[in-house]
Amino acid sequence: MSFGTPAPEDQQPDHFEFTAENLERARKIIAKYPEGRQQSAVLPLLDIAQRQNDNWLPRAAMDYVADLLEIPRIRAYEVASFYTMFNKAPVGRHLIMVCTTTPCWLCGSDDVLRAIEDKTGLRPGQNGDDGMFSVVEVECAGACVNAPMVQINDDYYEDLNYDRMVTLIDELKDGKTPTVGSQTGRHGSQAQAGPTSLLDRRPPDVVAAASED
Amino acid sequence: MPKLTIDGIEIEVEKGTSVLQACEQLGIEIPRFCFHDRLSVPANCRMCLVEMERSPKPIASCAMPAGDGMVIHTNSDVVHKARKGVMEFLLINHPLDCPICDQGGECDLQDQAMAYGFDRSRFAENKRAVKEKYLGPLIKTFMTRCIHCTRCIRFADEIAGVPELGATGRSEHMEIGTYIEKAITTELSGNMIDICPVGALTSKPYAFSARPWELKRTETIDVMDAVGSNIRVDSRGGEVMRTLPRLHEAINEEWISDKTRFAYDGLRRQRLDRPYVRRDGKLEQATWPEAFGAIAEAMEGLEGSAMAAIAGDLCDVEAMYALKGLMASVGSPNIDCRQDGAKLQPDVRASYLFNTGIAGIEEADAILIVGSNPRWEAAMVNARIRKRWLQGGLKVGVIGPQVDLTYRYDYLGAGPDTLKALADGSIEFAETLKSAKKPMLILGQGALTRDDGGQVLAATRAVADGFGMVKDGWNGFNVLHTAAARVGGLDIGFVPGEGGRDVAGILAGAGEGAIKLVWLLGADEIDSSALSNAFVIYQGHHGDRGAHAADVILPGAAYPEKNGTYVNTEGRVQHAKMAVFPPGDAREDWTILRAFSQQIGKALPFDDLHQLRRKLAEDHPVFAEIDRLHPAEWQPFGNDGEMGSAVFASPIETFYMTDPISRASITMAKCLDEIEGRAAAE
Repeated sequence: MSFGTPAPEDQQPDHFEFTAENLERARKIIAKYPEGRQQSAVLPLLDIAQRQNDNWLPRAAMDYVADLLEIPRIRAYEVASFYTMFNKAPVGRHLIMVCTTTPCWLCGSDDVLRAIEDKTGLRPGQNGDDGMFSVVEVECAGACVNAPMVQINDDYYEDLNYDRMVTLIDELKDGKTPTVGSQTGRHGSQAQAGPTSLLDRRPPDVVAAASED
Repeated sequence: MPKLTIDGIEIEVEKGTSVLQACEQLGIEIPRFCFHDRLSVPANCRMCLVEMERSPKPIASCAMPAGDGMVIHTNSDVVHKARKGVMEFLLINHPLDCPICDQGGECDLQDQAMAYGFDRSRFAENKRAVKEKYLGPLIKTFMTRCIHCTRCIRFADEIAGVPELGATGRSEHMEIGTYIEKAITTELSGNMIDICPVGALTSKPYAFSARPWELKRTETIDVMDAVGSNIRVDSRGGEVMRTLPRLHEAINEEWISDKTRFAYDGLRRQRLDRPYVRRDGKLEQATWPEAFGAIAEAMEGLEGSAMAAIAGDLCDVEAMYALKGLMASVGSPNIDCRQDGAKLQPDVRASYLFNTGIAGIEEADAILIVGSNPRWEAAMVNARIRKRWLQGGLKVGVIGPQVDLTYRYDYLGAGPDTLKALADGSIEFAETLKSAKKPMLILGQGALTRDDGGQVLAATRAVADGFGMVKDGWNGFNVLHTAAARVGGLDIGFVPGEGGRDVAGILAGAGEGAIKLVWLLGADEIDSSALSNAFVIYQGHHGDRGAHAADVILPGAAYPEKNGTYVNTEGRVQHAKMAVFPPGDAREDWTILRAFSQQIGKALPFDDLHQLRRKLAEDHPVFAEIDRLHPAEWQPFGNDGEMGSAVFASPIETFYMTDPISRASITMAKCLDEIEGRAAAE
């Protein structure tokens, strides 16, 4: 996992500081924890730091968060290095996280990876030169019903195949905002071929049924 | 108090005792890796599993508090199966490199694998490999061997107070380290080598040099500071191979400082291994009779008052006692053991002791530190203060150098003015001291080695009296020494006699020509260039500052090479034992003095160590009892007068080099470079 390894010294910024707005948010989060337990805010604060810093967490940011919470810096490093969602090295504007765990793989995640490589030339763990894309392989993201899927930054894109992945990348390249969720248009995780049973009846009113009991 | 049954034996234990500790009280050994008596309990190695009735699965005994009515089995099939399973998992990623591992022969994992290991591996995949970490010049890492017990992390956090180590990454990628490569900046880092249950952290200076079963173990006392840490010197042939801590709950618990542990390589370098005599301005090798002859010649016709003797910081009491006897026999009152000029007098024993005792720190609820940096002057004392601080409810105030002591303190000021203000009650900290039940103060040598040291002593005494630090069963007045020989020297009264000169007087006298002969017993911390007009005899073990100024050099023995008595800063008398023989022609110091006394026809009245010690105990009853503390009587002491205004400074400029042995040590030189150098740069 190349984004788990800290970036080399020459890529590390010397200085990091929250923007005034983020500092305000950080203070609100810290205030949620009881006196003496402020260290619990390390996870959300690191997340804010990563969002502020182009989706990656330089060492200066970890130091800054640790100092802000008055905890030893190594404690922030421990947390940041534990979670793979924290990128410890620069990533592209669109970080494509491809799920290749068994359900997605059975439904064709290899095709998705092939589509990504064909379109961007990137294999998992690689960074594009243009700063547009980074690709990483992830373990189950919990959307097995809509496999295969990828996560791009904060959003899930589901029900993919080779062509749909190509379209998705094209749209991102053109600066458009692709539809989030299923790429086949199905609603949530309902059955792929539409309803198959109880076709003659409307779904019972669950709330009404419960109140009758 | 919960009552439980372990292997059919009923036992009642204190509330809060863990099942593992309860087992230990019964003498049942439970295997463990992560659990350590003095560290917090993470329960992550799972080796200490035991069977508890009515529990569906084995329990981790280190983290399970003993409960009433528990029925524990430590030797059942379930237990064995569970531990074997844990061991198999631990060995999956542990390399089978015991033959090339420095921990081999004293490795917890090796020992426990003998009991619970499987005779072959069922793991066919590749073992993981972990990059080595750089942790400084003292700790060698082999992180592939690490079993993630996290003892080192907890030690750094809790005991040493430098939270620099952590576990980064997760699952198979988890690694122990500092994340950013750097040397650990603590003076207690060597203890991590001891607590590491495997060969992941080993000693760099000792690497690949000996196996534990080749070593002769000698239980002795450390002299690198005045704490008197109990140590074990491991030697092979005539060489000290390493130094390890020995358990003494009242002094060093089971830790020692890095200087104590690693300065031993200084014992091999710069040694004086034969007598030298200066002929035509050059020091030339000589025999013992020649050297003694030269001294006798120089002494001939000299008045007693023209002779002087200074004892150094590493001297054993026997040698000082013999030298005192020798100087008395030639009629010289000019003797002094206070090389640094500390204004301490032997009259009142309580005036120069750490009266509370090191273990007593744990009872204190307010500590005032005056003119001292305990972290460098006595690392074990500082560790004890930190231990007390972690328990909560301790307030610390500091007057003197403002440094990182690993615990929080109120910085009150830098010099005597603050001390005055505190005595007046015009500083807030005075309230803290007043309301404390067991307040104590620690007075460092930095406040005593000044011209107004006697006045500072009186002022701190007044503070101790004023804030009720001295009362029934509690004496909170503490002098922290830096020299291992100092308390012993004061105890035998190695100070100027009637009309005698102290160190400053001797140096001045030598310049004026009033002092014609000076006997330096391991005295290296004085300005020896001031002695150029006098005839200088240097008796010691290292070719350090003192030896350069000498006209005759008598080679003595260093601390692991002699049976000597040392008194630590608490006033605790301890015997150091000979681990190896002194090199070459060097001899134990008291025997040199005894032999010389015979040469000039004034033979000292003892022929062997037992006679010497018996005489010593007759003259000074404190030496009759070993390793016992008796409260010293509280009487007036100190000098009247105004204190100056100069700020207090710590007498130690660099932790790693304070005496001839550590100055000769390459390991200490590396530490100085990398750890203190880096800290200074930051």
